[in-house]
This record gives sequence, structure tokens and C-alpha cells, in this order.
Amino acid sequence: MSGEGRFVPSGWPGLKAVIRRELGAYFTTPLAWVFLAAFAFAAPAFAFNVGRFFDTNRADLAPLFAYLPWLLMILMPALAMRAWAEERELGTIETLLSLPMPLWAAALGKFLAAWAVAGLALVLTFPMWIAVNWLGAPDNAAIAVAYVGALLLAGAHLAIGQALSAVTPNQVVAFVLGVLVAFLLTMAGLPFVTGALSSSVPAWLVEAVAHMSALDRYAAFENGVARLPDLVYFLSLIAGGVTAAGLIAGSTREGGR
Amino acid sequence: MLAVEQLKKRFGTRKAVDGVSFTVAPGEVLGFLGPNGAGKSTTMRIIAGRLEPDGGRVRVGGNDTVANRRAAQALTGYLPEGAPAYPAMTPFSFVEFCLAARGWHGAALKAARDLALDRVHVGDHRHDRIATLSKGYKRRTALAAAIAHDPPVLILDEPTDGLDPNQKDEVRSLIRAMSADKAIVISTHILEEVPAVCSRAIIIDTGQILADATPEEIAAKTGSGRLDDAFRSLTTGRKTRGTEDAA
Ligand SMILES: Nc1ncnc2c1ncn2[C@@H]1O[C@H](COP(=O)(O)OP(=O)(O)OP(=O)(O)O)[C@@H](O)[C@H]1O
Ligand SMILES: [Mg+2]
Repeated sequence: MSGEGRFVPSGWPGLKAVIRRELGAYFTTPLAWVFLAAFAFAAPAFAFNVGRFFDTNRADLAPLFAYLPWLLMILMPALAMRAWAEERELGTIETLLSLPMPLWAAALGKFLAAWAVAGLALVLTFPMWIAVNWLGAPDNAAIAVAYVGALLLAGAHLAIGQALSAVTPNQVVAFVLGVLVAFLLTMAGLPFVTGALSSSVPAWLVEAVAHMSALDRYAAFENGVARLPDLVYFLSLIAGGVTAAGLIAGSTREGGR
Repeated sequence: MLAVEQLKKRFGTRKAVDGVSFTVAPGEVLGFLGPNGAGKSTTMRIIAGRLEPDGGRVRVGGNDTVANRRAAQALTGYLPEGAPAYPAMTPFSFVEFCLAARGWHGAALKAARDLALDRVHVGDHRHDRIATLSKGYKRRTALAAAIAHDPPVLILDEPTDGLDPNQKDEVRSLIRAMSADKAIVISTHILEEVPAVCSRAIIIDTGQILADATPEEIAAKTGSGRLDDAFRSLTTGRKTRGTEDAA
């Protein structure tokens, strides 16, 4: 620290600036609007048609939450794919990485902005929540917990998707990788996966894979049960994804564009 | 202000920068010349703290660009090659973003933003989407972002590339006007602008410095006394390297 002084900002101004810029990028292009429209349309459509929203005798949002993981599995990688790939494609990563900003600020800012858009998409399903209250007397606390679960699941997919987006300057590649990983993460605990595994690998490994399953963790929230280990699980996935995104983007300082 | 010491960078097996050293003092404008692929942009990316060298080091105001990266970057303004900028932003919001990320806010940010946009003559286009701007206006926008925080060290990679003749002149006078208290490095393929703007020139090829002197001194190395003849004779027909180091 022998050098000449000039104000070196902490990470916070950088974090705020990146969040603002990213949100601006989502909403000044059709991206966020198309995404939100797709979500607002697809979520009820899934619930009504596939989940037989009106056939269930109980007034609750079970059909919606049952199909959300499959929707998030595709839509979250689509929301995450541009995060770093686009910066590399456009060359703006040159500008970004020449700012006196810690990497965590850039990575966290990108994540929080995308997560906010995902949160807004979930809010767009609230009319259904209002509808079930109008139709009957649902357990609103349980529904709120399920929404938290959906938000956490969306966050995990986004964080991992953004890390994968830092691997390549190609957004399509980032999307395909994102869906692949989201698929594996979702499927890991399903009986047909563990069943297929149990014949060929040791039981403890099957157990470990099943433990990685986002679907199992999400199921607890879906049933209105918020447990600390499940919360820790999702927050670790998010923290891991954001950290990996920052590290991978930062590793371009060693070479590459 | 800017000290580059024995800089080395390789990509795979290719040596992009191979032992480059120089210093730039405030008041100096260094012209960084060399054929395509010579290592100019790579050197500038390392100075800007965007790329880490394999060997050697860069200090900006005494701050090492690797060990003390953010302190060095706070003192540096950098126009990357090709003048990248976010297409969904406007010149106004792009300059504002760069200033905000550097910790500027409030009235100081507004004043710095407006001054920078005025200095590069973005004019009425400041609220247009960057995606819709012409190449020259895009370059002016990225230049505004590089100079907005009034940095003591300026690294401009081909700042006049793609500008119309009038705007080239304006950018040259802007660089001259800023040079009084700044250490400036510009790369360019337009040799005519070197004597007009630069107090010193470095010719680099295959990652090595071939000449480091005033533009006049370099030009005087050939019979014709022209800089482009000197450039040509220094950078062509070099198959064996490292011996004709004229610095
Ligand atoms: N990310 C990279 N990966 C691999 N090779 C690279 C990379 N960046 C630069 N190079 C190589 O390093 C060498 C120097 O490139 P550099 O961009 O510094 O040249 P330059 O002097 O700026 O050329 P130009 O005048 O064309 O801009 C070239 O051979 C280039 O191909
Ligand atoms: Mg170049």
C-alpha cells in the first residue's frame, strides 16, 4: 500500500451500480417483458390444464407448486444465460473488469438483479393465490412458505446458470449447459434415477445423490414446511453459484477474452 | 506515474508481450505503435488491470496492478480496443454507470458525467440507445466513460479509429488538452497523428520494443525522415528477433 492515494471505493457502490445496470438491461430490452409474460402465461396454464386446478377439491395452489420446478428448470437458465456470456461476447467485460470493483460485487449484483426479476415473475402468479382465497379458505401460511421455496429454487438455478454463463462467450451454450445442470439437480432424487443408480453404485453414493436433489428439498417447502437444513441447502447452492461465477469471470484475467 | 517493468504475457505458446518496459510521466503522451498483433492491446489490457501478466509488473502511481489492483484501477481510465459499450444503455447512463461503480454519486457524479459527454461531443445523442449509435458516436461514448473520473493515467486503445476527420481532430485536441497533468498512452495505426499528439513514441513488434524516442527522432532514422518509412523498416523483414532493439 505504498502507492499514491485516490479514493478506492468499497464493493458497495459497485454492487449497487451493477444491480441498477442489470435491471436496466432487463427492462429496456424485451427480455424481462417476454420472460415475465411467458411466466405469467405458462404458470397458470400448467396449473389449470396439467394440474387440474379446478378439479382438486381443496382450495390451494398445489397444482401450481407441483409444476413450478419444471417451469423454473427451463426458464431460469434462460434468464441466467446472458449474465457473463454477453459481457464476453460484446467485449464489455473489458470495461467491467477495469473498474476498481471487487469481483464479488459484480457477481452478486448480476445475481440479485436476475433474482429480483424471477421474484417478480412469481409475484405475477399472485392472482391465483387471490383466486383460491376467493374460492375457499386455503392455508395461506403454507402457501407463503411454498412461495419462499419456489424463490429459493429459482435462485439456485439462476446462480448456477450465471456461473455456467461465465464459462463461455456463447449464450446458447450457456443456456444448454444451464438446463442440463438444472435438469440433473431437479432429477437427482427421483425414484427412477436413484433406482437406476442403486443397481450399479454403492448405497451411500445413491444416498448422497438423493441428498443433492433440489426437488426433495423443494417438496418440504411445497408442503408448507420450512426447515433450516433445506434453507441452508438452497442458500449454499446460491452462494456457491455466485462465488463460482465471480471466480470464473475473474479467471479471464489470466488469459482469454 | 506509470511504470511498466519487463512485462511478459503469452497465450498458449504464442508470446504476445515479451519483456516490455517503459515509464510515462504526467505531461507525456506516449504513442504506442506497431503492426497488427504486435502486442499493443495486450500490454494496455495489463496496464488497465484487466489482464494479469505472466512476468514483470505494472505500477500505476506506485500501485501494483495485480497486488493492489483496485488502487491502481482507481487512478486509471481505459478505452478498450473496439470501444465496447452496453448496447441497451445510453451514453448518459453508461458514463453514469462507470462513475457510480467508481464510487461517485450526487452532484459530483452529475457534473463529471455531463462534462465528459460534452468533451467528446456526444451532443443530442446522449439519450439514444448505444445500439443505435454510429461507430464514431459509440467510440465517443466509450471515451467519455474512460475520462469521466479525471484519472491521472489514461490508456486509450485506438481512440481515433472510426472517427470522421473533424472528430479525429477534436479527439486529438482533447488528448492534448488533457495531457498537461496526465500520463497518457494511446495506440494508433494512423502515423500522421503521432507527431501532432504524442511527445514520445514506442514501436513494438512481436511483443518487443524496437524503438522508444520522440516521433522526430524515430523519423530521423531513415533517409526520408518520415515516420512511416521508419515504421516500415523497423517492423518488416524481421525474422530473427531481439537483436535490433533500438531502444
Ligand atoms: N485472448 C487471446 N487468446 C489468444 N491469443 C491472443 C489473445 N489476445 C491476443 N492474442 C494474441 O496476442 C498477440 C498480440 O495481440 P494484441 O491484440 O495485443 O495485438 P495488437 O498490437 O493490439 O494488434 P492490433 O493492431 O491488430 O490491434 C496476437 O498474436 C494475438 O493473436
Ligand atoms: Mg490492438
